Amino acid sequence: MAELVLQIENLHKKFKDVEVLKGVDMSLATGDVVSIIGSSGSGKTTLLRCVNMLEEFHEGRILIDGEEIGYSGPQHKARKESEIARQRAMTGMVFQQFNLFPHMTVQRNVTLGLTKVKKLPVEEANSMADKWLARVGLQDRRDHYPGQLSGGQQQRVAIARAVAMNPKVMLFDEVTSALDPELVNEVLSVIKDLATEGMTMLLVTHEMKFAFEVSDRVVFMNQGRIEEEGPPEELFRKPKSQRLAEFLKSSKF
Amino acid sequence: MMELTEFFVQLWIARWAVLKGLGITAFISLLAIVLGTLLGIGVGLVLTYGGRVSRLVARIFVDYVRGTPVFVLVLASFYLLSEVGVHLTAFQAGLFALTIFCSTHVGENARGALMSLPRGQMEAGKAIGLTFPEIFIYVLAPQALRQALPTWVNTATEIVKASTLLSVIGVAELLLTAKEIIARNFLTLEFYLFAGLLFFLINFAIERGGRYVERRVALPN
Repeated sequence: MAELVLQIENLHKKFKDVEVLKGVDMSLATGDVVSIIGSSGSGKTTLLRCVNMLEEFHEGRILIDGEEIGYSGPQHKARKESEIARQRAMTGMVFQQFNLFPHMTVQRNVTLGLTKVKKLPVEEANSMADKWLARVGLQDRRDHYPGQLSGGQQQRVAIARAVAMNPKVMLFDEVTSALDPELVNEVLSVIKDLATEGMTMLLVTHEMKFAFEVSDRVVFMNQGRIEEEGPPEELFRKPKSQRLAEFLKSSKF
Repeated sequence: MMELTEFFVQLWIARWAVLKGLGITAFISLLAIVLGTLLGIGVGLVLTYGGRVSRLVARIFVDYVRGTPVFVLVLASFYLLSEVGVHLTAFQAGLFALTIFCSTHVGENARGALMSLPRGQMEAGKAIGLTFPEIFIYVLAPQALRQALPTWVNTATEIVKASTLLSVIGVAELLLTAKEIIARNFLTLEFYLFAGLLFFLINFAIERGGRYVERRVALPN
């Protein structure tokens, strides 16, 4: 069995008094591509954000490469900011709204983490940025600013920025939801390309067809719990739970 | 009717006094803007990222000072501080008042600029593993500075104008110098107009400079 890269155990998360994650368990082995689907408010984005410590959580553990992230020990003691920052670099996050740094060139967007977090020399960081920008088809845009690019191009830069850090797991949070329909495919094909390369990925998506094609496993979340999970063929063709059947019907898969 | 020749003769006689007054206005304004900006950035950081107590203290400071006429601040710095045993010269007291005034405006401006940045910027910085100080330096501050620049230029010109209030406590800046010259030659209208022209030129230069910097740092799109 392949090594487990990401383990989520009994994850609980509250916003004030509302429990949005009610005990989630999940694990990803090296090279796994797992899509999380579910209606809005089901907790799927929150789950993803917990893995990158953008949200605190109150119970349970998340381990990346066997290292507990964010907290330590049975007392669930919060780690220091500097340690959390280092741990965040173990995952790469791509956001719905791209969140590129608008005051930096495309190349600088990619190299910032490489030079400041990985402490690479500038030339090395630049050539690594060029390599990844070429992979997402944007090498010729490296001196442009994000505001000069289309949404699809921006999102591809954001993917390059995250992947260049060589993370253990890539997290994709509804990365095509803010895009015009005609720009969705260029982003999805970049992600597919990474998936076939063996990158471990956890995706939250509304693109059912894409989830079906790219995933090794699909997880259906409902009201803070995993309602059903399995290989895409089973989950999409033979949903066991009533809720999943309804969800699939309403999302016109 | 203005006697232009007479005015120029008197101006020539008073040229060193005028230059000195202009110098003091420029010097005290510049110092107040620099110190007030540094202090104001600190105030802005506390207002934006401080804990409950420090934020409350900064908020009271900013609102109180901004709610007080600068004139009162100047008088208080000069007369009240010496009551409690802090003896400042007129220049020091004036500088103190202008600096405090400037810092509250810069602080509020900095807070507004930082708060206006999308939350995703902070999150994107976190996601690539940057610590908070790194995110601030590389991601947030450069964007906030661009946002804050026009308002900051405005604050700088306000400081230059407010510096005239220091004439009341005896700082020999441009306005007081003009008054002294007028007391000797009675060319009231001419010398007040001339002083006004010099203030206008200072602020015009500041605004032009600000515009230039704005254009230079503007992002292409």
